[in-house]
Amino acid sequence: MRGSHVIGEAATRAGCRFYAGYPITPQNELPEYLSKRFAELEDATFIQAESELAAINMVMGASMAGVRAMTSSSSPGISLKQEGISYMAGTELPAVVVNVMRGGPGLGNIAPSQQDYFQATRGGGHGGYRTIVLAPHSGQELVTLTMKAFDLADRYRLPVVLLGDGLMGQMMEPVTFPDPIDPATLPRKDWVLGGAKGRGGHLLASLLLDPSKMEQHNWKLARKYAAIRERETEHESYLLDDAVLAVVAFGTAARIAKGAVNRVRKAGLKAGLFRPVTLWPFPERQLRALTPRLKHILVFEMNLGQMVEDVKLSIGEQATVHFYGRPGGIVSTPHEIAEAITKLCYRYDLG
Amino acid sequence: MAKQVFKRPKSLKENVFHYCPGCGHSIIHRLVAEVIDELGIRERTVGVPPAGCAVLAYNYLDVDMGEAPHGRAVAVATGIKRARPDLVVFTYQGDGDIAAIGTAETVHAANRGERLTVIFVNNGVYGMTGGQMAPTTILGQTTTTTPGGRIALRDGYPLDLSQMLAVAAGSVYIERTSVTSPKNIMKTKKAIKKAFQVQMDDLGFALVEVLSPCPTNWKLSPVDACKWVDEEVVKSYPLKVIKDTTQSDG
Ligand SMILES: Cc1ncc(C[n+]2csc(CCOP(=O)(O)OP(=O)(O)O)c2C)c(N)n1
Ligand code: SF4
Ligand SMILES: [Mg+2]
Repeated sequence: MRGSHVIGEAATRAGCRFYAGYPITPQNELPEYLSKRFAELEDATFIQAESELAAINMVMGASMAGVRAMTSSSSPGISLKQEGISYMAGTELPAVVVNVMRGGPGLGNIAPSQQDYFQATRGGGHGGYRTIVLAPHSGQELVTLTMKAFDLADRYRLPVVLLGDGLMGQMMEPVTFPDPIDPATLPRKDWVLGGAKGRGGHLLASLLLDPSKMEQHNWKLARKYAAIRERETEHESYLLDDAVLAVVAFGTAARIAKGAVNRVRKAGLKAGLFRPVTLWPFPERQLRALTPRLKHILVFEMNLGQMVEDVKLSIGEQATVHFYGRPGGIVSTPHEIAEAITKLCYRYDLG
Repeated sequence: MAKQVFKRPKSLKENVFHYCPGCGHSIIHRLVAEVIDELGIRERTVGVPPAGCAVLAYNYLDVDMGEAPHGRAVAVATGIKRARPDLVVFTYQGDGDIAAIGTAETVHAANRGERLTVIFVNNGVYGMTGGQMAPTTILGQTTTTTPGGRIALRDGYPLDLSQMLAVAAGSVYIERTSVTSPKNIMKTKKAIKKAFQVQMDDLGFALVEVLSPCPTNWKLSPVDACKWVDEEVVKSYPLKVIKDTTQSDG
């Protein structure tokens, strides 16, 4: 099944009943799939909106009404959605935002890229908020992480970003789906706008004119983010037990890096892969735990070095961090990364 | 024995309005609350106020309220209404909000025939940000960004958004009213009630544009502000039913 269809099916099975989006390559197969899938369901809404701005704000409305809601886009469209994402972060509204990244800046190109790492992991819009960012690297993980995204969004009441690229969206892999969740069985949200029956009106707003209330609210958000950092980091360790060099990569780059690790292992070089699954919160402690035993880390990204900053923040002076990346939308081959690993091993005499 | 003939609508909170003396927002809030009471829909109504002088409408209207970003009220309302069609959803938007930054959202919501009730408060300026030119500002009108008056060549023409929306096939009821006299206030209430009824009858997009005085930014007394609406503003924005297809079979 095609990656973008997998996301659509997984979202549906997670109980998502509202989608709004605006066409942009390379993610069109996702809304196309959902337009068909939601038509089969009585309680689901699909809207092709007039813009990404409208789409994210429709999602915000559906979220206010208590429904699991999603939008998707690619880099330029995600920039437009930042307004709504910031408002949802401030108003504490759950939603899932899929970014099938393309090369940038500006209109860029539609080739696979990881140029939006900073935008995704630093909130992306104004106001110092965070979103949880999940980075799938396989078809099956598109299933699990899409479904998990909805759970996390509801649990913490914030937007969750699923960060992939065109390769992930087009990739054909066999996957298995869990049974669909009946939205009626999901935990009740007592904060939604559903009509003030026998009570005063509910308010969902991000405006806090009183500076002390604004500060209180931001401290509350900060405590929430701290709890997420504490509990929700996820990563994969691949052949790291005996490794002398760790490659750190996420998403499509991690898939390529796995191939490279397998290659150099055949040649006798003990490399492994550390793959962050949550980009925010970044698995800092888990990465730091590899050091000081591991003296060298090679970060590989499909950009000119963004996650590498989080790697450096995580490990400090405990190991030397090297970087390899390409920014043009050209997808590196496992051969290319194997060569980068091999060069490092010889240079630093890593047996 | 004295009988109370004028009392606070149930859907209106006890809070004292923060609006300037003579501001149309207070009157229009009250009308919305009265209509919600009379239609008996307080317990299934959701309001969406975006940025603007009335962003704090939730301090006064005792119904569920969700704040929208500037210009995006109808998009947020669309999400609420589509997710919960059993709710009655209205937006409460200023002219800057609906006719400048939110034009695209509004035109397309009307064109899709979203089952929404839009209260469009046209005071010819950006009230909240201090009285700058709005798309609706009439020619010659002085604002903080048109110090010598609005000039078409430089500033463009006043935009009649309601007329534009009437072209959209999905809009079924659009009326322009004012709140400058008891008679006009009663007409506005009737129009607002009808705009809610249209949604409850599942007919399509309904909008009431209310010409509303902003004495503060117009630098006029409340009485003169009403006079300015009655004598000048209505020349660009005549009070009338702009579209009503509620009776047609189509
Ligand atoms: C994205 C964005 N741009 C600008 C603003 C500042 N702003 C707040 S209200 C407003 C205009 C208000 O004018 P109008 O909609 O006519 O409402 P009024 O205050 O006149 O009732 C503006 C420009 C904002 N809140 N958000
Ligand atoms: S500035 Fe104008 S619109 Fe705003 S509250 Fe005062 S009179 Fe009303
Ligand atoms: Mg205004």
